[in-house]
Amino acid sequence: MEGLAQVTPHVSDQPKAAQPEAEAKETVSANRLPDLTYSEQENELRSAVRSVLDDRAPFEAVLARTESPQTYDTAMWKTLAVDIGCAGLLIPESLGGAGASFREAGVVAEEIGRAVAPVPYLGSAVLATAALLSALEVGEAGQAGHAAELLTRLAAGTVTAALAVPFSSMPGAWVKPTVRIGPGEPHDPDGTYRLTGTVPAVADALPANVLIIPADGVPPALFSVRTDDAGLTRIPVVSLDMTRQLCDLTLENAPATRLAAGPQAELAADAALRAGAAMLAAEQVGVADRALEITLAYVKQRYQFARPVGSFQAIKHRLADWWVAVTQARAASRYAAACLAEANEDAAVAVALAKAACSDAALLAGQEMIQLHGGIGFTWEHPAHLYLKRAKSSSIGMGTADRHRASLGSLANLPPPGAF
Amino acid sequence: MNGHVNGEVIESSLRAQVRDFLATHDPATTDQLEFVRARFDAGLAWVHYPAGLGGQALGRTLQKVVDAQFAAANAPTNRPERNGIGLGMAAPTILAYGTDEQKRRWLRPLWTGEQIWCQLFSEPGAGSDLANLATRAVRDGDRWVVNGQKVWTSSAHIASRAMLVTRTDPEQPKHKGLTYFGLDMKSPGVEVRPLRQATGEAEFNEVFLSDVIVPDADRIGAVGQGWAVSTATLMNERVALGAFTFPREGGMIGVTAKTWRQHPELRTPGLHDRLLKLWAAAEVSRLAGERLRQLLAAGVPGPEGSGAKLVFARLNQEIADFQVELLGADGLRYSDWTMHRPDGADYYGRDAGYRFLRSKGNSIEGGTSEILRNIVAERVLGLPPEIRLDKEKPWKDLPR
Repeated sequence: MEGLAQVTPHVSDQPKAAQPEAEAKETVSANRLPDLTYSEQENELRSAVRSVLDDRAPFEAVLARTESPQTYDTAMWKTLAVDIGCAGLLIPESLGGAGASFREAGVVAEEIGRAVAPVPYLGSAVLATAALLSALEVGEAGQAGHAAELLTRLAAGTVTAALAVPFSSMPGAWVKPTVRIGPGEPHDPDGTYRLTGTVPAVADALPANVLIIPADGVPPALFSVRTDDAGLTRIPVVSLDMTRQLCDLTLENAPATRLAAGPQAELAADAALRAGAAMLAAEQVGVADRALEITLAYVKQRYQFARPVGSFQAIKHRLADWWVAVTQARAASRYAAACLAEANEDAAVAVALAKAACSDAALLAGQEMIQLHGGIGFTWEHPAHLYLKRAKSSSIGMGTADRHRASLGSLANLPPPGAF
Repeated sequence: MNGHVNGEVIESSLRAQVRDFLATHDPATTDQLEFVRARFDAGLAWVHYPAGLGGQALGRTLQKVVDAQFAAANAPTNRPERNGIGLGMAAPTILAYGTDEQKRRWLRPLWTGEQIWCQLFSEPGAGSDLANLATRAVRDGDRWVVNGQKVWTSSAHIASRAMLVTRTDPEQPKHKGLTYFGLDMKSPGVEVRPLRQATGEAEFNEVFLSDVIVPDADRIGAVGQGWAVSTATLMNERVALGAFTFPREGGMIGVTAKTWRQHPELRTPGLHDRLLKLWAAAEVSRLAGERLRQLLAAGVPGPEGSGAKLVFARLNQEIADFQVELLGADGLRYSDWTMHRPDGADYYGRDAGYRFLRSKGNSIEGGTSEILRNIVAERVLGLPPEIRLDKEKPWKDLPR
């Protein structure tokens, strides 16, 4: 059928409304879309990160490390954090950071995903950093001062931090912490508190020196705890994805410094989780993109029936659909990064869309990478399983696609049954 | 930095031009045709086109600045919705392959809407395999005699010109013996018949060509170059279909979201899950379309548009299917089966049953989803081409 040109969308007549309701919230910003491409500077940063990862994180090294006692590559993290400046991307220049935005941070996350690199970028440079930045912005003087001090050390690379929440935590709601404040409280709010409790399945806490911990109490609050304190135990979890090994935390009267309290603490935790979801989505774009590249190279040179297997339409069409999924995910991820960068009012929707689309794309990539490689793709010696594992773990990290889509029910005014 | 400053200078000078134009052509009182002709002559029709042809050789992205200013002044338009094929596909093809004389003769009435264009490509025996087409053009001095049958032609009954691709050399392999023309639809021997489709209406036509005389002056591109010219047209089609900017909920999902909000009694948990999936996918595809548009802003359409069109077709079908189910028994009321001939494609109009049926065409028109996957696989991903039995043989010897 020829020539279907631009169609002017309009709304047709529907049956008469039983109960007229509000239209979708007028989100003008959603209709004036930001730049979704990569800038020249972003591409330069990408090259710098990629050259480190190409050199230091070839697949064989990443695989070997998953079976070593130290699953995180702290030496490589030092290079990325300090020499390239990845640790301080989001931190203001006044505190020694780069004063860049989530756009740049997203590009770094993509590269880390491409290499399935075992570095605590998400936990330290995104989750913990975003929580501290929020505390710095909204916290009271003493607490903000403590946040500033930690941020300065994060930017300098002398401290690595993590946010002590289960990896599956999702933005948009204050998860009732499993750690409580006490026993006892200091007379001076800037003094030393004690925390007791457990937090299961925390990402990037193993290589951290400092943990940012939400704790329940009156009021609930956000704290920092040093990981070398005797009151804190980290038990490594044998994780599905050993390129980002989880650990279970136990705190027993662990000394803690308060960063923010009450609504400000909730705000800080939410800002961190939102940033985490967006940057993990960017990482997933990298996972899906690199998995596609590796698979394409393989099907072009693998011969069966005297033809490259990539010449069979059954294979080509799956790869085409995979490429489409990556292009869709990339657009959503760039939109989320841009919305966070400019504090756009559509950020909550953007992050939910990105985490949903990128989780789906990464999972598709992990599965297709194995299937289209055939037998070799199912072996330990081939990188495919690392991509699958990273895809699966990141699809649960910071909220599943399903939970993020469910959050659109209220964000986009699409209420569930029974809601009026 | 300099480029940016220059860009701002160009943009403000363009704004001044539009202001001056509006000052001398009162949008409230000037006749529509007179207004759009003058707008073309002022180089404010499509600013990325060359000077003298309705433009000023500026960046493509500046067009929206101009359009917004004219819209804000409530100015008469060139009614682009009536001539989408002409504006979206014929014009870029003429610009790329037409002679200077053709550009001068055709682009102005095309843009002003005085001449509607249609597209005579597909044939009963040449759908996905367009290069197999059999409509013959035989040279007779400085003119050509054309015989054959075309199909799936929207707007043929209102068009004054057609992009016509014909076979001029059956001895050559199929891609090599084609030649492209801008056919005058009023020529004797052109017969347009409505083609009724599953929706009951006839949005498309069949076009029969019997001893139609076409002057050689109306040939677009060289003799035998028809495939390259056709490919340029089709690339623009997919961009037109997949990569245009519209607001959130501007497409099919907007209709469904509205029904969902207005009818709490229709909601079930299963439908809610599906709706959220569709809404998210539709919004992401909007973002991907916008990203593609941003990438293409400076360049020409590439095969990437095929990906956008694949998603568009799948989503339209899924959402239309969902809408019928959401409405339940009411979804089974069909507005009208009477045969009539609408002016253009209407994807989002009428009732849910109509949209459900119409959307089935989306994965066929403008390249089937299967062909588009081949295009993505071969031209974007660099995978080996399909094994072809027809590429080197003379067209006349192919089995059919």
